[in-house]
Amino acid sequence: MKKISLIPVLLVGALLVYAAQDFPEWGSPNSPASQSPVSSHFIANTGVDTEVPNMVTAVLADYRGFDTMFETVVVFIAGMAVLAILKNSSKKKAGSKEFEVDVEPDLIVTNTVRLLIPVIQIFAFYVLAHGHVSPGGGFQGGVVMGASFILIALSWDLDTALARFPADRCTLVAGLGIVLYAGIGLLSMFLGGEFLDYAELAQIFPVSREMARYHAMLGVEIGVGLTVTAIMFSLYANLSTEGRLKGGL
Amino acid sequence: MGLELFNTFILLLLVVAAIVALRVKDLLTASVVFGVYSFLMCLLWAEMGAVDVAFTEATVGAGISTVVMIATIFNLKRKSSD
Amino acid sequence: MFEEGAIINELFIERLNYLIYVVLLLIGLHAMISKNNLMKKLIGMSIFQTAIILFYVSVGVKEGASIPIYLPEHDPHGSHVSLGAGNETEEASHGPVVLEAGLIKKYANPLPHVLMLTAIVVGVATLGLALALCQRIYQGYGTIEEDEILAKIEREEMRAHPSVAVKSMESSKTATSKVKKPATKSKESSTLSAKRAKSNPKTKAKTAPSTSQLKSSRSKSASSQPKTSASKSSSAMAKPATSKPKTKAKTTARPKSASTAKKTAPSKAKPRTPKK
Repeated sequence: MKKISLIPVLLVGALLVYAAQDFPEWGSPNSPASQSPVSSHFIANTGVDTEVPNMVTAVLADYRGFDTMFETVVVFIAGMAVLAILKNSSKKKAGSKEFEVDVEPDLIVTNTVRLLIPVIQIFAFYVLAHGHVSPGGGFQGGVVMGASFILIALSWDLDTALARFPADRCTLVAGLGIVLYAGIGLLSMFLGGEFLDYAELAQIFPVSREMARYHAMLGVEIGVGLTVTAIMFSLYANLSTEGRLKGGL
Repeated sequence: MGLELFNTFILLLLVVAAIVALRVKDLLTASVVFGVYSFLMCLLWAEMGAVDVAFTEATVGAGISTVVMIATIFNLKRKSSD
Repeated sequence: MFEEGAIINELFIERLNYLIYVVLLLIGLHAMISKNNLMKKLIGMSIFQTAIILFYVSVGVKEGASIPIYLPEHDPHGSHVSLGAGNETEEASHGPVVLEAGLIKKYANPLPHVLMLTAIVVGVATLGLALALCQRIYQGYGTIEEDEILAKIEREEMRAHPSVAVKSMESSKTATSKVKKPATKSKESSTLSAKRAKSNPKTKAKTAPSTSQLKSSRSKSASSQPKTSASKSSSAMAKPATSKPKTKAKTTARPKSASTAKKTAPSKAKPRTPKK
């Protein structure tokens, strides 16, 4: 089996190495990807179109907003699928595990985490809101936020974390994020533009068309952040307890 | 030249980390080494100028996916046959 | 075209990065194919995925370029930032301008970054899904080693549904290394002969059939025989050969719905059954 599996691997390898001869030189500014009119347009016009200094955020939430919306939907669906797979799956009682965690929460750990959690959460908001001018955005902010809840679950226990962010509310918040994203898109459609054409929002908000796109991007990123936060936490909560949402790591 | 050397060094470390993650018999070790792999990858991307991707990899690849893997191994057997 | 040395030079000096990407991808691919443990397969899959992402990101690299965030002099809000910066103020104060071609080369290509950023997040969501499936498999089979799972599936199907089991034996002989052939075979043949004796008496398989004989007579009688129920599992199937009339009664008494359920969702119904 081991030997046979080497054959396709080496075949693919030979093919890729053969193809690698035709790749552009590493880091060359004249490579086809860098010469492409699309990315040149993004680099040249992002500042004019949207006033967002971070091109990645602008491309993510505005130019390619439709793509990002459905990426968020994929994250949501994956989270729901995990729920569906693990819900009511384990019939055995908790005692039949290889090892069991029933120690008291450690004093030093919990007090350190008590100090850390607010900082982490504020940093998550900072990453989300400051994604327009620095690295960051909805995905990263959402993941950091979800990690703060996971940290609560790790240092106390899962019940403490679930008391702060109940499992059914996870589902609700995750759905809410997508609704917020799609809602901003639909709102701009009702105002006469196309779906996710944020510039039309300038009709109802007292800002210029560019700044409307700037602020709508923030709203969209908040939607992404909500979904990612909820799904990351519910992924952890379900995977660590086999869907029972009790005990666990 | 210096940057290129740095790049190559990290790439070689990546290969080592990938092989180690796949060869150890203990799944817990494997996931932690996979976290190391993710962080090396993150370093490489930050060096390439892809700061957003590096940030995402640091939070997602090294943070969440390691934690989720360990949470899964908690419910499974820790030993692996290969 | 060019001699040996040129190729080596080109591949190992100038394209060394690409070569290492290929190596990483192959490590992941090899793990996905040959590793036995499902968690190891998933780690291999993640390595495969990161290798592809690495390639995409490196496509966006430009030598000597900055990160894809506007420098203060091109910042649309640059007037706030560079108040004390002297000569840049008047340039930036008249609002954002479209960058000219020379300046475009100063920024890394943002498009691959965007594509890969979302790919990473979706990757972790699908990894979570795969881990959930792993846990479900572990609940059902008590192991996440591929060969053990396959052996258990074989044994299950032998007991529950001989016709399928025989067919799958033929097809997946290479995939399973340690199927407990003798034990399951004898059980299966006894149940089979019992059933056949009832359902279609004209087959002469009563005399403890060999495997090859089983297969041939099996294909003949498969159409006429009622389907055995699948979900009648561990308790009934653990000792099927003890009393012939009992097994026969079970087979015939089972409603048809059970057999259809088996057909539609064989893997779904399985995992709950064998738990020791």
